[in-house]
Amino acid sequence: MTLELKNVSRTFVSEDNQTMEALSDISLSVENEEFICILGPSGCGKTTLLRIIAGLESASSGSITLDGAAITRPSPKMAMIFQEYSLYPWRTVEENVTLGMELRGVKKAERSAAAGKYLDLVGLSGFGKRHPHELSGGMRQRVAVARALAIEPSILLMDEPFGALDAQTRNRMQHELLRIWDKTKKTILFVTHSVDEAVFLADRIVVLTQRPGRIKEIVRIPGPHPRDRTGEEFGQIRRHLLEMIREESDPIQ
Amino acid sequence: MPILLIIGWEVAAIIVNNPFFLPKLETVIPVLLSPFSDILGTGSLVENALVSIERVVLGFALAAAVAIPLGIGMGRFAVLNDFFDTTIELIRPVPPLAWVPLALAWFKIGIVSIVFIIFIGAVFPILLNTVDGVRGVKNTWVEVSTTLGASERQILTKVILPGAAPTIWTGLRVGFGISWMCVVAAEILPGPTSGLGYLIMYAYNLGQINVIIAGIIVIGLIGLVVDQGFRAVEKRWFGWRGLER
Repeated sequence: MTLELKNVSRTFVSEDNQTMEALSDISLSVENEEFICILGPSGCGKTTLLRIIAGLESASSGSITLDGAAITRPSPKMAMIFQEYSLYPWRTVEENVTLGMELRGVKKAERSAAAGKYLDLVGLSGFGKRHPHELSGGMRQRVAVARALAIEPSILLMDEPFGALDAQTRNRMQHELLRIWDKTKKTILFVTHSVDEAVFLADRIVVLTQRPGRIKEIVRIPGPHPRDRTGEEFGQIRRHLLEMIREESDPIQ
Repeated sequence: MPILLIIGWEVAAIIVNNPFFLPKLETVIPVLLSPFSDILGTGSLVENALVSIERVVLGFALAAAVAIPLGIGMGRFAVLNDFFDTTIELIRPVPPLAWVPLALAWFKIGIVSIVFIIFIGAVFPILLNTVDGVRGVKNTWVEVSTTLGASERQILTKVILPGAAPTIWTGLRVGFGISWMCVVAAEILPGPTSGLGYLIMYAYNLGQINVIIAGIIVIGLIGLVVDQGFRAVEKRWFGWRGLER
């Protein structure tokens, strides 16, 4: 798997014909099984970047290629996990997880087996017949992860997936994600505005500038997972990143 | 509450003591208890009720068949919405019964004009609720399906329709209520020779107030039973509404 972004830019044109540049000249090559966090101040276009990679939006210029093929629409090699409200409330957990297979016409029995496997992987065995509203926020995001894994993508695109969770659940989910990553060997692109989260999870952190988002710096985080959040090295990297984010943040906000 | 109403009615009927104004309970109940026997030569309660129900079902089904697909289109595509919206808002405030003369001119006296009136009454609540329901489908739900590889058709059947279904159902429920009112009103007007509305109007002409009240009770009961049916389905299938997170 090779994902290549070359000079990706995105310009929005508003109704009164004003142009607004959201992303400018983003180039990045993602290695196999790498965990990349995209970090930046709010409004820097990090979600837009992820959506372009996912094929939900298109770049104004530049190219994105996955294994040499240009991405112009969603590819089965990539699965996206949204911040929240992404589960279908009328479907059971199992029916949510296997939607991708259902769309491809996989038989029911096979789908059930797969649901069991992926729910087990995210630590939700036995919850298949429940409905989303019966689950906590953290459990719902586990279901979303299982649903993404069930289409067997090589890349997971995650858009602030733990942003709506409380701090403790968020920590737990970060550990869980590392465990799942280790087990499934996926490549992960993870958008966040939390420096802490990025340093804890990533192999490399892509720091974006304020709008229009450009790559300010790519920070490689040394050391194996899981990392010690209270360690000295962790603290230094955090300080460096916080410094950068502060420079980029709108002083009014 | 219904029991209080019945007691109050009986007491009032005894005080008034005029069967042509307010008949006593014991003159109404026999009519209700023999639903299969002929009333005043117009057929039985059940026969007339079935005629009314048949008309409602026809008009209502027609309204749903037009309103749901149109509503989905309007909810999904701004172009369609812009095209139809003004026209709909112009026609919608006109009471269904105002169409009666036109219906008679177009379709003559008979089932077609009654079905037309019912159609007019039911089509707008179903349409507006469908549009609302489709617009209320969360964009994330559509995008999740897109990233999982859904085709346009699959997005419609797996996301838009189930996501909008509770609101569409509310539209059907409201629409049916209005259909039922329309059929009775349309049958009271000159022309029809059967149906519950015709029966109570005919009873009025013969001064049979007890039959009128029996007819009104049957009309109310049928409306109630159907509405309970709608609610039961709502509870069973659409209980997730308001719980989405």
